[in-house]
Amino acid sequence: MIRSNILVGLVRILRKIGHNFSDRIWRLGAGARLFGLTLAYSGESFRRFHLTIREVYFTGVMSLIIVLVSAFFVGMVLALQGYYTLQKYGSSEAIGVLVALSLLRELGPVVTALLFAGRAGTAITAEIGLMKATEQLSAMEMMAVSPIARVVAPRFWAGVIAMPILATLFSMVGILGGYLVAVPLIGVDAGAFWSQMQANVDWRFDILNGVIKSLVFGVACTMIALFEGYDAPPTAEGVSRATTRTVVTSSLAVLGLDFALTSFMISM
Amino acid sequence: MERTTIDLWVGIFVALGLAALLGLAMKVGNLTTSGIGETYTVTANFENIGGLKPRAPVKSAGVVVGRVSDITFDGTTFEAVVSLNIDKRYAFPKDTFANIYTAGLLGEQYIGLEAGGDEVSLVSGDKIIQTQDAVVLEKMISQFLYNKASESPEEGVAKTDTNSTKEADDALGSNPLDAMTQPAKP
Repeated sequence: MIRSNILVGLVRILRKIGHNFSDRIWRLGAGARLFGLTLAYSGESFRRFHLTIREVYFTGVMSLIIVLVSAFFVGMVLALQGYYTLQKYGSSEAIGVLVALSLLRELGPVVTALLFAGRAGTAITAEIGLMKATEQLSAMEMMAVSPIARVVAPRFWAGVIAMPILATLFSMVGILGGYLVAVPLIGVDAGAFWSQMQANVDWRFDILNGVIKSLVFGVACTMIALFEGYDAPPTAEGVSRATTRTVVTSSLAVLGLDFALTSFMISM
Repeated sequence: MERTTIDLWVGIFVALGLAALLGLAMKVGNLTTSGIGETYTVTANFENIGGLKPRAPVKSAGVVVGRVSDITFDGTTFEAVVSLNIDKRYAFPKDTFANIYTAGLLGEQYIGLEAGGDEVSLVSGDKIIQTQDAVVLEKMISQFLYNKASESPEEGVAKTDTNSTKEADDALGSNPLDAMTQPAKP
C-alpha cells in the first residue's frame, strides 16, 4: 500500500525531529549542569592557580596575534568605508566617532569572540575530547582527582579572563588602524578626529558596556567549547564533529547574545 | 612557587589589557573631559525641546559647563521640565537665559546659557525663568510659506492651511524668521 508507506515515512520524519529536539534539550541541561559543576569546583581549582595562568597563556596570549592583526584591518576598513559615506554629508571629521563607537560597542566584543571561538574554543574542545578518548579523564577520577577541578575549571576561568582583555586590545588597535587610514592617508584633521571621538564616546555607556559584553561572550564561548569537548563521543570522528559544533554553536550564541545584550543596554 | 616564562607572558598580556582599557578611557572616552565633579542642579521649562536628550551638553560661551540630567513632562503646565547639572565652579546669575541650540544644521541639540546681569546667583533647585524653545524645522518652513503667501496672494502657495501657520507664527515669534525670509524676496 502506497498510503501506508507515506504514513510510515511521515512518522519517521516526525520521530527524527522529535529526537533531535529532545537531544538538544538534553544537551542544554547537561551543559547547564557542567556550568554549575565548574563554578562549584572553581574554589578547588583556584588553589592551583598556576593551572589557570597556563591556560590564559594558551587561550589569551597565543590568540593575541590573530586578534590584533584582524583588529588593525577591521579598523582600517571601517575608516575607509565610513569616510566614503560621511564625506557625502560633509562631515568627514565624524569618522573618529564612527570608528570608535562601532569598535567599542559592537565589533570589538563580537569579532573577538568569533575569532576566540575559532582559535581557542576549537583547541579546548579537541584537547578535552582527546583526553576523554584516551581515557585520561577516567584515569584522573581513579586517582581521586576531579577532572572538572583539574581540567575544566582552569580553562573556563582562563577564557573568562582572556576575552575582555582581548576585546579591549581589539578596540584599541582597531582605533589605531582607523586613525592611520583617516589622518595620514585620507587627510582628516587629527585634532578633529580625536576631539569628536572624545566628545561622543562615554566611559560608562560605551567602553564599560563593551567590556561587559565581552565578559558574557567569554563565559558563553568557553563554556560551549568545554561542554562539547566533555560531551564528545570518544572516537576520532566524535572529536572532529564536536570541534565543528563548537564553532557553529559559539558563533550563533555570540550573535544571539549580542542582540539581547545590545537591546538590554540601549533600553537602560 | 617557581616562576616560569609563561607567567611572564601572561603578566604582560594582562598588563597590556589594563593599559588598553586605561588608554580607551583617557584618549578615546570622555572620562577626563567630562570630569565635571561637583555639580548643582537647576531646572528650566520649555514649551518645546525638539530633539534634546538626557546627557546633552550644557554650554556657556561654547564651553561645556554641565549636562542635561533629566527631562520630564509637567502635566499641569504642559511644558517640558529639563534638569541641568552644572559644574559647581561656575555660578550663573539668576536672570540667565537658557536656549536650545542645534550644533550644525542637523547636529545634536544642546542647551546654551547666556549669563544675565543679576547680582544673585542660581543655587541648587532654582528654576531658570527665561528660556527659548528649540527651533523646529517644520514650523520654520510653514512660517516661510505663510510669509510667502501673504506677500503674493495670487501664487499657488496662498492655499496653505492658514490655521496651522498662524499657530506656528504665535509659537515662534518673528525674529528667526525674518532673517530666513529676507533672501527669498526677489
